[in-house]
Amino acid sequence: MVSKEDVAHIATIADIGVDESELDLFTGQFNAILDYFDVLDSVPIGGDAAPLRKNVFRDDEVVPSLSHDEVLMNATDPEDGFIRAPRVI
Amino acid sequence: MGSRYSFDNPDPHNAFITICREAEYGEGPLSGIPVAVKDNISTAGIETTCGSNILKGYIPPYDAHVITHLRSAGAAIVGKTNMDEFGMGTTTESSAFGPTLNPADPTRAPGGSSGGSAAAVASGMVQMALGTDTGGSIRCPASFCGIVGLKPTYGRVSRYGLIAYANSMEQIGPLAGNVRDCALLYSVIAGYDPRDGTSLDLPAPAPLKAEIAGKRIGVPAEFFGEGVDPAVAKTVQSGIDRLEGLGAEIISCSMPSMQYALAAYYVTSMSEASSNLGRYDGVRYGTAPDFVRSWHDAYSHIRKSGFGEEVRRRILLGSFALSAGYQGKYYAKAQAARQMVRNDFARLFETVDMLAGPTMPCVALPLGETSDPLSMYLADILTVPANLAGVPAISVPCGTAHNLPVGLQLIGKHRSEDEILSAALAFEEGSV
Repeated sequence: MVSKEDVAHIATIADIGVDESELDLFTGQFNAILDYFDVLDSVPIGGDAAPLRKNVFRDDEVVPSLSHDEVLMNATDPEDGFIRAPRVI
Repeated sequence: MGSRYSFDNPDPHNAFITICREAEYGEGPLSGIPVAVKDNISTAGIETTCGSNILKGYIPPYDAHVITHLRSAGAAIVGKTNMDEFGMGTTTESSAFGPTLNPADPTRAPGGSSGGSAAAVASGMVQMALGTDTGGSIRCPASFCGIVGLKPTYGRVSRYGLIAYANSMEQIGPLAGNVRDCALLYSVIAGYDPRDGTSLDLPAPAPLKAEIAGKRIGVPAEFFGEGVDPAVAKTVQSGIDRLEGLGAEIISCSMPSMQYALAAYYVTSMSEASSNLGRYDGVRYGTAPDFVRSWHDAYSHIRKSGFGEEVRRRILLGSFALSAGYQGKYYAKAQAARQMVRNDFARLFETVDMLAGPTMPCVALPLGETSDPLSMYLADILTVPANLAGVPAISVPCGTAHNLPVGLQLIGKHRSEDEILSAALAFEEGSV
């Protein structure tokens, strides 16, 4: 079971604002969905079920990319060619 | 370039988010053909929103690889289609631009998440459209709207310029009113692109020809399991009987990993979404943050107002599934289950050429009826296995149930698009 406090904690680390009124809704829904996910508890780890993955690397070659103006064209109020972000402290 | 296609049709089903009333087109295999594009595929100079408030006003500075291909094939790109926000839904009702109506019955949803693309084709506004399929988002609306939709093999179509939801599963693919148009659009967009690290370098698609005789078609019992509407099952079964009548050999089989597929899909896609959607903070694109607030406060605020409820739910669940103490219980288990699905397909494809079953367990749902997220997720049970394994799958109309369209799904081996398109064409022509 996840609690309202668990959902609020996840919302904080994911930077997703959640209203107090939504916490009850999300908490109830999360418990129903996580109950369904419990079917995965019976999945064996290892053997044939071990995921097969491999990384494929390529050389890092410099190729033409977007221009400075194109990169900034969707940013709000860029300043001296830089994007703006909210203050950190 | 040079010619212009005037596209001033009314849009009674809200299939489009953006309409390009004067679309340029050139010479090529798609010369002068109106093509609609799902609004999560980047189009230089044309607003691309992913159906979300958070990207309202975003103008991509570059074209997705598939758009470059469409333009060089001469297509007239007439607009960007409605979709569930960031592809997260099975009805197109989670769009910030209002729901799309199903042309087969405007009181019902068209399916999702590529519901706008499917409705644009089914209503005759366009001849063909691009959609994307992460867990069934091309095949579901194709089934519900009575058209053809193909999810290619993972890596067959470049994802460069596709705005990511769950990268390890999604593919761009065609929707069209018939198999020939679907195959034509597929042949234009398939191909190698070094800008997509998962792109496959394969020969061009073969010319389409109807071919089904002698094919061994497996029908897993689980595809007709619990939750499948008996009326849908009956229509699909009669479609499978028709495949047999056309000379295919029907073989009963089993896919035990189906019991894990839906949970594996949702844990994986939500986890990937929680990472991918971290980029939406309003700083580089999209709605601007409140610069007066502090960093986390500004981001929480903009991500609450910019994302809809379903997107926030999936980001939160994905963050939870990856968080300390739970990663082993959810994400790691989901990857093991995913491998079991792959292994089941590999085992079955040793003895059969393709699998057949219903695309969806139900017909199109009435608008406004899916308020419970889990019950909506359950509708994806028959489409997610192909995404987990990366194999190609097509939905082709096979009749009706409750007077609404029903899709037959054919799932092939990796890189067997030519084979399932040929089988779908034989089925379509044999059904006439």
